[in-house]
Amino acid sequence: MIKIKNLHASIEGTEILRGINLEVKAGEIHAIMGPNGSGKSTLASVLAGRDEYEVTEGSVDFLGNDLLDMEPEDRSRAGLFLAFQYPVEIPGVSNINFLKTAINEAREKRGEEPMAAKDFLKRVKDKSKLVELDGRLANRSVNEGFSGGEKKRNEIFQMAMLDPKLSVLDETDSGLDIDALRVVANGVNQLKTKDNASIVITHYQRLLDYIVPDFVHVLYQGRIVKTGPKELALELEEKGYDWIIKDLEEVSA
Amino acid sequence: MQNEDQLLEEVTNSEYKYGFYTEMDSDQAPKGLNEDIIRFISAKKKEPEWLLEYRLNALRIWQTMEEPNWAHLGYPKPDFQDLHYYSAPKPKKQLDSLDEVDPELLETFKKLGISIEEQERLTGVAVDVVVDSVSVATSFKKKLGELGIIFCSFSEAVQEHPELVRKYLGTVVPTTDNFYATLNSAVFTDGSFCYIPKGTKCPMELSTYFRINEANTGQFERTLVVADEGSYVSYLEGCTAPMRDENQLHAAVVELVALDNAEIKYSTIQNWYPGSKEGKGGIYNFVTKRGLCMENSKISWTQVETGSAVTWKYPGCILKGNNSIGEFYSVAVTSNHQQADTGSKMIHLGKNTKSTIISKGISAGQAQNSYRGLVKINKGATNARNFTQCDSLLMGNNCGAHTFPYIEVGNQSSKVEHEATTSKIGEDQIFYCKQRGMDETTAINLIVNGYCKEVLNQLPMEFAVEAQKLLEISLEGSVG
Ligand SMILES: Nc1ncnc2c1ncn2[C@@H]1O[C@H](COP(=O)(O)OP(=O)(O)OP(=O)(O)O)[C@@H](O)[C@H]1O
Ligand SMILES: [Mg+2]
Repeated sequence: MIKIKNLHASIEGTEILRGINLEVKAGEIHAIMGPNGSGKSTLASVLAGRDEYEVTEGSVDFLGNDLLDMEPEDRSRAGLFLAFQYPVEIPGVSNINFLKTAINEAREKRGEEPMAAKDFLKRVKDKSKLVELDGRLANRSVNEGFSGGEKKRNEIFQMAMLDPKLSVLDETDSGLDIDALRVVANGVNQLKTKDNASIVITHYQRLLDYIVPDFVHVLYQGRIVKTGPKELALELEEKGYDWIIKDLEEVSA
Repeated sequence: MQNEDQLLEEVTNSEYKYGFYTEMDSDQAPKGLNEDIIRFISAKKKEPEWLLEYRLNALRIWQTMEEPNWAHLGYPKPDFQDLHYYSAPKPKKQLDSLDEVDPELLETFKKLGISIEEQERLTGVAVDVVVDSVSVATSFKKKLGELGIIFCSFSEAVQEHPELVRKYLGTVVPTTDNFYATLNSAVFTDGSFCYIPKGTKCPMELSTYFRINEANTGQFERTLVVADEGSYVSYLEGCTAPMRDENQLHAAVVELVALDNAEIKYSTIQNWYPGSKEGKGGIYNFVTKRGLCMENSKISWTQVETGSAVTWKYPGCILKGNNSIGEFYSVAVTSNHQQADTGSKMIHLGKNTKSTIISKGISAGQAQNSYRGLVKINKGATNARNFTQCDSLLMGNNCGAHTFPYIEVGNQSSKVEHEATTSKIGEDQIFYCKQRGMDETTAINLIVNGYCKEVLNQLPMEFAVEAQKLLEISLEGSVG
């Protein structure tokens, strides 16, 4: 699905990603953990194509295409979805209109007819049920005045509507109460197929009780410094990151 | 990767889409402005003596006036002696139906995507077409006639309903009002007239499409809408102009009268030629629009303006009757070298009068967009309320937005609120849209439409669609 090789990226001259290597295959879920400021959101942004970041080295292959050479909108249309850590508000634009525009533009680029209103509405209904999104939120302006948790839920709703190949969830669990967490995780699990994949960025192993990852990676100072099975998350929860950092220092010393 | 500046460049460089010119026979007055010209116009239109006097009086006043200078508008002053003040397509015969309308005109409307047939068939809108100075098509007249509603060209109203015209003409915008209104009072050639009888709700939107069509013909429309007690009307005005190089002066006057318990909704889409992207040519639009509200009445102005090189206009309401309501909803887009100095004037005279002003400015390119609003609460206006919200959206770094609110409060029980914001179109918002698969242009359109939502929502459905199209056209550029 995606092959990230030796990815280096910087912002305003400061190198944030310092050689990321990661491969995610179809049907897999990868969790990325790591201390604040380690570069998790940066990785997500670089994959999505934010142009503030300069990629200085490395390559990313996404479904056989050179991802780094694509415009952000083309990455999206190719099946890459980013659930933002801080979803943006767009006043005056209803969620429904936003999604209809997004879906139909992607269809148009593929030479397809716009989705029939009936099908679209059915999809809205089905998918908002999946994430237990209050029907009223679908008609409100995109994220405007949404609570933190509602914004996150809305990201998963959008993900469900767009049906991506690879979803990158950036701390979708933070700010969610226990019930919402379960709902969101449940949504992600139901959307999982053998043909798609997810990268789940989180600070809490709690989420991983619901979304069971195939691999857990620890990102530290712009590099993946440890990879393990889902149990690694439990260990991190218990012991924090210090022991990994210490191991690292010993190795480099 | 395309950066924002490049995109904005493209967006603001899009050429005027509606630049074409319809050839028609015309019948013109010689250039210049003096008593003889006024007499010529009046005679051409077979006007009664009182109207000729009204015009001559206005001319005399105008000759003593000085053209105003506006702090935030810069443009070469028009030479008023170098204009034709009358021009009419030669009516080949009396027109009873659209089949008899000049096919060239119908073609023009097709290019605009607002063919009259379609308007009639799909929307039940009655369209009164003004090309240059004489109305050439009037429709739905019979149906309206059955209800006693008068909707016709101004000239026709002068012939058929002189008592109504004489009673209300100049009662809201007096001859002495301002330089351009005075000029209009002297030389207006045509426009629309509308009268809704007592207790009648006009069953359809009344719509007029104006066009400026002859080179060098300043167009001076006069519109008068009278809603008698307890009546309701929604009136739509939309304009486009052909592309040309000389600046064209446009100084219209619109007067609305809402008698007790009446309601008038007046919506405008304005997309006259804004000039080339280098700032050459374009329409000068100096319009005086005002409504008079009697007891418990309501006047609501909604406008979406994307055109003209220079726009100067302040639709407003005189809230004379107790409990009357005035509203103003506006979107003004200025790009390239366009300049706009617009706003609203709300004059509160009666008790418990309420006014709302929602103004959304969008500036791109080198454009300057000024909001100049006046809220005046008179001594007798106990418990008057005003709410003003004035937002500016900037696209790029070379444009400007200015806000000049003037508030005069003469009654302590009144409440006046003013909110103003200026924002740049957000890169975060654009990126968010792109991440969901939208092109940059689509993203900008979506965000801009959202920003204008409160105003667009005020427009009748079919007009809102057209307004959205216009916003897109005036902000597009990266497409194709
Ligand atoms: N414009 C910038 N200039 C310099 N440094 C920046 C800039 N933007 C981000 N950074 C730095 O990049 C580093 C990585 O940030 P990033 O948001 O990727 O961290 P994160 O792992 O997602 O953290 P968190 O867990 O807090 O969300 C941080 O140290 C941050 O301060
Ligand atoms: Mg982060």
